[in-house]
Amino acid sequence: MSRISKEDRRLQIEHEAAGDHLFANRLRVYPKTVHGRVRQVKWAILIVCLGIYYLLPWLRWNRGPGHPTQAVLLDISHERFYFFNMELWPQDIWLLAGLLILGAVTLFLVTSLFGRLWCGYTCPQTVWTDLFMWVERWVEGDRNERMQRDAQPLNADTIWKKVLKHTIWMGIAFWTGGAWIMYYVDAPTVTLQFWTLSASTQVYFFTGLFTATTYLLAGWAREQVCTYMCPWPRFQSAMLDDQSFTVTYQAWRGEPRTRGKARSGGDCIDCGACVTACPTGIDIRDGIQLECINCGLCIDACNHVMNRTKRDPWLITWDTEARQNAKKAGRSEPIRIFRPRTIIYLSVLVIAMAGMTTALLTRSTLGLSVQRDRAPVFVPLASGELRNGYTLKIANKTQTESSFDLTVDGLPGAGLVVAEGDPKPEPVLHLPSNADEVDSFRVLVTGRPVSLVNGSQPIEFILRDTATGRQTVYRSTFMGPQGYGK
Amino acid sequence: MPTKIEKDAISGQDTTGHEWDGLKELNTPLPKWWVYVFFACIAWAAGLCVLYPSIPYGRGYFHGLLGYSSRRNVDADVAKLVDQRKDSMDKIAAMPFDAIKADPALMEVALTSGRITFADNCQPCHGAGGGGNPGYPALAAGAWIWGGTLTDIQQTVTHGIRSADPDARNSAMPRFGADGTLKPAEIEAVADYVWATFYGHAEGKDVSAGAKIFAENCAACHGDQGQGNRDMGAPKLASKVHLYGDSREAIVHQVNLPRQGVMPNWGTRLSPGTIKAVSLYVHSLGGGE
Repeated sequence: MSRISKEDRRLQIEHEAAGDHLFANRLRVYPKTVHGRVRQVKWAILIVCLGIYYLLPWLRWNRGPGHPTQAVLLDISHERFYFFNMELWPQDIWLLAGLLILGAVTLFLVTSLFGRLWCGYTCPQTVWTDLFMWVERWVEGDRNERMQRDAQPLNADTIWKKVLKHTIWMGIAFWTGGAWIMYYVDAPTVTLQFWTLSASTQVYFFTGLFTATTYLLAGWAREQVCTYMCPWPRFQSAMLDDQSFTVTYQAWRGEPRTRGKARSGGDCIDCGACVTACPTGIDIRDGIQLECINCGLCIDACNHVMNRTKRDPWLITWDTEARQNAKKAGRSEPIRIFRPRTIIYLSVLVIAMAGMTTALLTRSTLGLSVQRDRAPVFVPLASGELRNGYTLKIANKTQTESSFDLTVDGLPGAGLVVAEGDPKPEPVLHLPSNADEVDSFRVLVTGRPVSLVNGSQPIEFILRDTATGRQTVYRSTFMGPQGYGK
Repeated sequence: MPTKIEKDAISGQDTTGHEWDGLKELNTPLPKWWVYVFFACIAWAAGLCVLYPSIPYGRGYFHGLLGYSSRRNVDADVAKLVDQRKDSMDKIAAMPFDAIKADPALMEVALTSGRITFADNCQPCHGAGGGGNPGYPALAAGAWIWGGTLTDIQQTVTHGIRSADPDARNSAMPRFGADGTLKPAEIEAVADYVWATFYGHAEGKDVSAGAKIFAENCAACHGDQGQGNRDMGAPKLASKVHLYGDSREAIVHQVNLPRQGVMPNWGTRLSPGTIKAVSLYVHSLGGGE
């Protein structure tokens, strides 16, 4: 490493002392309206996503008397998640882990195939920002008008338009925050409570929180979220390869750029339409970059110009790096959807989906868990028998009361008794269970074990529904003193 | 290693002037709003320091303008809980045991309260879950010396055993050996008899001498079949559970110089409702009658 000269060092210190390079002013982005196929698809996705988000809590579902009538309800205070016909218990929380794995792998697969489709089309940040920009355009006008307005001194027209814009933004943000709450508490009830000021503090807090975040993130932060806050753009590059479709400027066709009427150069006339249309304020012609969310609005903008100037459209298009390189060299390159990366993602996805579906379909409506008493480990009785205590939890995930028979296998002559109940041990214990509840029983098992190994032997608790015959088995142990019965 | 700051050709950004193994780092400027958020966080932290307990000095600390105290919050929570339970605990104190057992909600409160009370007060001697310890009866085993019904348990807990309470349960096994009532050989003989007959270790030995001594000295309290006598607090001998140990040596020791354990009269320390709750809990451990 060469030593740096004194002069260079002095310049370096001056440069640092000036401080200008440390912090960047935000470049305001004024995206211009575009019309075209991509824009239409984006509107359609926006309407579907927001429609589901805002209206789903209002969808009713009949689960019988005494149960929530909301189709999708995450009832945290009662520890139940409802999705249409499905009712999930806290014990089913591993399904959520499965769902997150599915989501992650799907994201990997889609990204490796089509780049950041999620970012450009379905990410809530993009969807709400799109909606807020639409409001902004409707109130304040398109790009040029807005730039002019912000450049000139404040006047009455600017003030009332800004006030109107922020009011509408706040309205949408509030509706968004309110809809969020409705996934956790019954929508009509909480709406009524909200406006009669009788809702809980939590409801007001979370409505306020999500109102504030929606307003700030979609109205003010916008592309700053994608560029500086979101981790996804940082690791997306690990999923992309030269076979991934991304929004691409076909430089081999566009360069050198031509201006005016000259027809000698490439197709790009350097009109800047792609730049002014970009919601993150970048120039796609610089190639794929961190800020690009792959939304394709520049494609619409460019196609419009190409059509107007009688050139072939799709100068900016979705394509892979490999195909672009081939086209540049005058060759053609096939699309390779199936490559090791996508095959691995797809297999993981299929396996995870199959696993999830199986787990969901075979999910038991009867749960039994048994916890053996830790102290005392065992109780020797006056008769010479041994007794072990167990706490049984029976989860009856159905909507009907059930009655169960509990027996113990592996301990001949075992007597069972509920600790607070009839003191006479029976070989079969009858246990009632309420609908849709976990019932806890302390069961004492008395017996004379004959095969204790190191003071312990395995036993099985068998729980059988007397009405339906469904049964579940739990493996536990029965313990006693060393050398018992020898 | 500092190197020259240069402009990166692709991004147009300055480098930091550092290089590692040929890798140079871009000095990408931080967005200003990010810096402002950082300042806002510092202001927020300063606000917290002013409003909440923060800076220690000597033996004390700055209490904050809001006067917040987590300790006081706990006290308030505890007071609230006691208040919430008051109804139930009053009912438990007032109602007979049968009525409490017929009310599952009340029973749940009683067993929970009893479990905690037991852990705080009884567990050191009687063991977790009433498993017992040598010299301290196993409550879960059902080998009661003074009776295992709910009222028996309540009586024992309230007044204790050999405590200072006038209503305490009292029994005093004579010190047959120490006081010279029985000679060492007689003690050995009676121990042989008890060991063979009641402890189940009959190995064809002639224990008739011991049987005679037992009938004359022990049967009055412990019963001729070793069945014990709860009115007198005389333990059942014909059992697999023995308070002071299952060995023959323990029998000899007990005849020679009996140990006489003391249980405090909890009536002076626990409220009647709490004693009923702990009685219900002890009864539920598996030995209840």
